[in-house]
Amino acid sequence: MDRRLTLPTLAAATTVVALAIAAPWLKFVFTVALAKGLAVLGILLLLRAGQVSFGHALYIAVGAYTVAFLRPAIGEVLLLLPLAATAGTIVGFAVGLFVARYRDIFFGMLNLAFSMVFYSLLEKLYAYTKGTDGIRVPRPTIGGVTLDPVAYEWAVLVGTLALALTLGWLVSRFLASPLGQALPAIKTRETRLEFAGISAKRVLLVAYVASAALAGLGGGIIACTTLHVTPLLSYWTHSGELVFIAILGGAGSVLGPFLGAAVYELVRVYAAAAFPDAWQMILGAVLLVIILFAARGLWGMYEDLVLRKDRRA
Amino acid sequence: MAKLTRRTTLQAAVASTLALPALLPRQAIGQQKPSEIRLGISTFLSGPASVFGVPGRNAADLLIEQFNRAGGIGGVPIRSIVIDEAPGVDFLLGECRRLVQNEGVDVMLASISSGSCLAVAPLAEQLRMPTILWDCGTQRIFEEASYRYCVRTQANAVPEIVAPLLYLMKIRPDFRTLAVLNQDYAWGRDSWAIWKAAMDAVKPGVRVVAELFPRFGATDFSTEITRLLALRPDVIFSTSWGGELDTFIRQAAERRLFERSTFVLPLVESSLERVGKTLPEGVIVGGRGDHWFLHPTAKDTRILKDFTAAYRQRFNLYPIYPTFHMAQALYGLKAGYEKAISANGGSWPSREQLMDTMRGLEFAHLTGTMKIREDGQGLEPMLIGMTKHVNEYPFPVIDRMVLFPPELTMNPIGTKGLDWVRLLTPASVQRAPAEIPYRA
Repeated sequence: MDRRLTLPTLAAATTVVALAIAAPWLKFVFTVALAKGLAVLGILLLLRAGQVSFGHALYIAVGAYTVAFLRPAIGEVLLLLPLAATAGTIVGFAVGLFVARYRDIFFGMLNLAFSMVFYSLLEKLYAYTKGTDGIRVPRPTIGGVTLDPVAYEWAVLVGTLALALTLGWLVSRFLASPLGQALPAIKTRETRLEFAGISAKRVLLVAYVASAALAGLGGGIIACTTLHVTPLLSYWTHSGELVFIAILGGAGSVLGPFLGAAVYELVRVYAAAAFPDAWQMILGAVLLVIILFAARGLWGMYEDLVLRKDRRA
Repeated sequence: MAKLTRRTTLQAAVASTLALPALLPRQAIGQQKPSEIRLGISTFLSGPASVFGVPGRNAADLLIEQFNRAGGIGGVPIRSIVIDEAPGVDFLLGECRRLVQNEGVDVMLASISSGSCLAVAPLAEQLRMPTILWDCGTQRIFEEASYRYCVRTQANAVPEIVAPLLYLMKIRPDFRTLAVLNQDYAWGRDSWAIWKAAMDAVKPGVRVVAELFPRFGATDFSTEITRLLALRPDVIFSTSWGGELDTFIRQAAERRLFERSTFVLPLVESSLERVGKTLPEGVIVGGRGDHWFLHPTAKDTRILKDFTAAYRQRFNLYPIYPTFHMAQALYGLKAGYEKAISANGGSWPSREQLMDTMRGLEFAHLTGTMKIREDGQGLEPMLIGMTKHVNEYPFPVIDRMVLFPPELTMNPIGTKGLDWVRLLTPASVQRAPAEIPYRA
């Protein structure tokens, strides 16, 4: 990993744990934030290629519903989460074959369309999905151990944190690899990439499937945390939320998504606590401020403030 | 990374032991009279269901002020903390944890959406948080699980659908065809399943000529109305609500659909003021329970008159059913606390004492009295009637009212509502009480 990232990563992970110790209710908020951060990590891969998906909530819902449907048969988090990621991968590959051929607004809108089709299916197949009421997920075991609620919440939070660190590291390796380097080439000039003998479609497909797997895993974690899944998970507002978090955190680093997700959830919680009638407006204002004054997101702000100063010193 | 994980695991172990006392309810340790009762309320403050959520919140504000002026509950004032359930279950569950573990909330009033209630009830159990389900409709909650820390101070979907059916059978027993137009989401599907099962039991052989489920949030019903005009069903049943019901009523009135079919609209009480006299006479009206601001047996009582006047003065609207559901939850909570305090010899009850008292509790609210059953489900009569236009109000009022007692419309403990309605017989219709006409 980039050495510049080690210190902030350790600081962030420690802060999360410390805050969760200080305020028990934050365990839940951080787990959901980190799970969304995983999905946004996938969005970041696509952003590197200049593509914005307005439908990645689809894979969160696929992951979450995989857990909900399999829970009666499988009661083990360590099995459910890989299965959620696998389901995300499979659906991501099927959809990816199609959408990887499109760029820009068409790419975004097609993703949106697929996610809304899935949303409608979850609502309409009432006999299987119980519609908008959603499916209850009884608390699974972790490593064969049935934990009490508090220990379970800690285990899921720490596990998610470990996953976030590992996958964040893997993604940063991927971005440094030749295949990862091909992603920005799609953004700058795709034809050159093709002339270099690399299929842009294949590069984007790989990134897309990886992003779907990450979102599927994130969805699985959300299902294991909230223990209740509803079709709202795949609604377009939730896809928009992921893009919002990506912009808020900044696409410059793999830490951005997690930073963005944590800040997003905290802003939302505190805005909702302070202004129950106008929290959406606060969130919108935060996004506007970020876009207008710090286009590279929170990570960009950190870079400007800290890293540049280091260089000068 | 491994180091960090090990450290976090250690910290986790330490933290979970440290966190335990914080999770125990304050009263269970101290049993002292608190300085205030903190009441968490989850409701829709944004989105389409805010047509119910905002009146519910408004009612809570108004009633809590009234309670506090009169000394609160057992001499303890109430403070409410409202949260928005619109962003979905993951957000709501985080908010509930915040209210319980950070704000130190003593009681939760949970949710309008059935999905929210189904998610919150197990969490309430886990956090040992006294929770009153104040408005959600699904019957699944107490049928599929039993909860110690949750009660419901209102009926559920079963009586809310069975009562209008019995009313229709009483008023218009000769109908032969029926069409349904419901919103395409859980409530629309559930309510139709209950109606269909019950109708097949009390009046076998009715032909269902159309099952229309326009998408949730639809704004145009012209194709559905064209089909209904062509099919000419004797009865049109719709459990839609909010903006969609208003739009459907306006578009159907425009195309004179009301002249051909009898409408059964179990939730239309909440739309009456908005649609006004566009809604013609002779439509079967429900309001999810035993309440209306001109309730036949309570309309002249001081308590209801004062409430309606205060509510109108402050919000410039007539109270609708979510307002009354909120009132039921608050009056139920007050009665529960007071009974538990006196049973406890005047000292403050623990959460468990409060919840045990809530079961079997009979309490008076704005429009009558109701009881909470042993499983936590409220037993509430159902007020069903028919629209009538009068000069005193710019919108239809409810005439030919029948108050269906819960014995007639609610399934007993241990049975599933959807199975129980299949056991209804035509004799159930005969047992319905007499009509009460509208009086100015």
